[in-house]
Amino acid sequence: MSTEPTTPILSVAGVEKRYASGLTALAGVDLEVRRGEIFALLGPNGAGKTTLISIICGTVTMTAGTIRVDGHDIVKDYRRTRSAIGLVPQEIAVDIFATVWNTVRFSRGLFGCAPNPAYIESLLRDLSLWDKRDSKITELSGGMKRRVMIAKALSHEPTLLFLDEPTAGVDVNLRRDMWAVVRRLRERGVTIVLTTHYLEEAEEMADRVGVIDKGRILLVEDTADLMDKMGKRRVTLALQTPMTAIPPELAGWPLELLSDGQRLRYSFDTHAEGTGIAALLKRLGELGIDFTDLDTERSSLEDIFISLVERA
Amino acid sequence: MPGINLHGMWAIYRTEMQRAFRTVWQSIATPVITTALYFVVFGAAIGSHMQQMGGVDYGAFIVPGLMMLTILTQSISNASIAIYFPKFTGTISEILSAPLSAFEAVIAYVGAAATKSVIIGLIILLTATFFVKIEILHPVWMVAFLLITSIAFSLFGFIIGIWAKSFEQLAIIPSLVVTPLTFLGGAFYSIEMLSQPWRTISLFNPVVYLISGFRWSFHGVGDVSVAASLAFMAGFIALCLAVLWCMFRTGYRLKS
Repeated sequence: MSTEPTTPILSVAGVEKRYASGLTALAGVDLEVRRGEIFALLGPNGAGKTTLISIICGTVTMTAGTIRVDGHDIVKDYRRTRSAIGLVPQEIAVDIFATVWNTVRFSRGLFGCAPNPAYIESLLRDLSLWDKRDSKITELSGGMKRRVMIAKALSHEPTLLFLDEPTAGVDVNLRRDMWAVVRRLRERGVTIVLTTHYLEEAEEMADRVGVIDKGRILLVEDTADLMDKMGKRRVTLALQTPMTAIPPELAGWPLELLSDGQRLRYSFDTHAEGTGIAALLKRLGELGIDFTDLDTERSSLEDIFISLVERA
Repeated sequence: MPGINLHGMWAIYRTEMQRAFRTVWQSIATPVITTALYFVVFGAAIGSHMQQMGGVDYGAFIVPGLMMLTILTQSISNASIAIYFPKFTGTISEILSAPLSAFEAVIAYVGAAATKSVIIGLIILLTATFFVKIEILHPVWMVAFLLITSIAFSLFGFIIGIWAKSFEQLAIIPSLVVTPLTFLGGAFYSIEMLSQPWRTISLFNPVVYLISGFRWSFHGVGDVSVAASLAFMAGFIALCLAVLWCMFRTGYRLKS
């Protein structure tokens, strides 16, 4: 079989999804996810992220296209592909009358694995659920329920894990624990595909980023390359005396006036030779333009994302 | 990679059975009390004024019908809730994303619902022995009818559970179709007692064939032939399987 290391763990080709209502959720998606990486799928609400994940996991049927997981077709070879996949869905959906232990054991069995109490114990301990193992789901807090969803998704030791908006509405502790678990999984060779609205996290966690909008992949790139290519830095100066226009002496600088002339912004590429800040400040001094405050910022993935979507 | 997901089927079966044991007293007390009530009303109050029916005491005569009445409604409600509830709460997506074929899921859910029905049927039989003396002429056939009916109506309930979009719809078929058909299907009387045209009309009631066959296994007499009862059961199961096959093929109300 075609399972040599070069085969992508996930390969999506020409996938379309049109609902009976006429809505096109996916308009021809091509995507490859590499073995062992953390891949972040970014896009606004309704971009098709959840639809794509649902198709790969088998809860939604695609209209056209092929998807392979570890070289196996997800329709023809669904037993093999689905046993390899774990999904933490966006919504918490779990039998609320079951106990934590029972529901996690249920998931493991459902995905075709022989019982392994030792593994489930270590899983529950990793997710700080061990003390709650005999509690019913209905007795747990929202954050605890989310931990249960993660435990269920990992119960059958998947090699490809999907996290759909994992940190939406999640407190700081859980988010930290979750990323710790994700890092540990990656060390074990598990491939992780996540969608998130916390873009700094995608930036911090993901090896590569794919941007999706209106059912199409706009770009897939190494996170670092993307930041290099599209990243900008900005310096914003709060002026002591508002200006009506940028003085002609500063015409050579890429400047803009904001807030009715109270702020002056200077933008530049992260990798430009010499940022020119020092020269700009010196020039401002020479021209007698005083400022009360100075703020520098780096454009986030969000800015990059917005500019990409606007361009498309 | 094994061809059958036995662990998966067992996980569903076991969880479904656990669900029943969470309300074990309710599960047992309801059929016991209902049966006792029927015996008090039909067996003691009315039965004492009735003559033998088909050569059997009236009290013993109604036992198979009483068991059928409960088995039909319990099978339908157990199986329909088993699949409707996950649809309602969203946990169905875990089942749909599992490496489990539709056929395996049906076996697990329907198997669990049918098991519960068989247990309840036996509890009713046991309760009945406190009121009347019961002889079972064809015990093997009795068990076979019990099993086949439980499986057939659990399949039917499973279909209702997939079809239903609300709790109201879930209750409509059992309460508006199955219970009336059971009462009119000779649960408490022999259709021989009816005058024409009602006797002929009754033969279009599918439940007549179930109760008749089941009663034959107890007392050796029925309203219709055993062959007709068996043929009806086989046809009903085949129809349910065909409907389910179509539902799963098209993803009907389960997948978009």
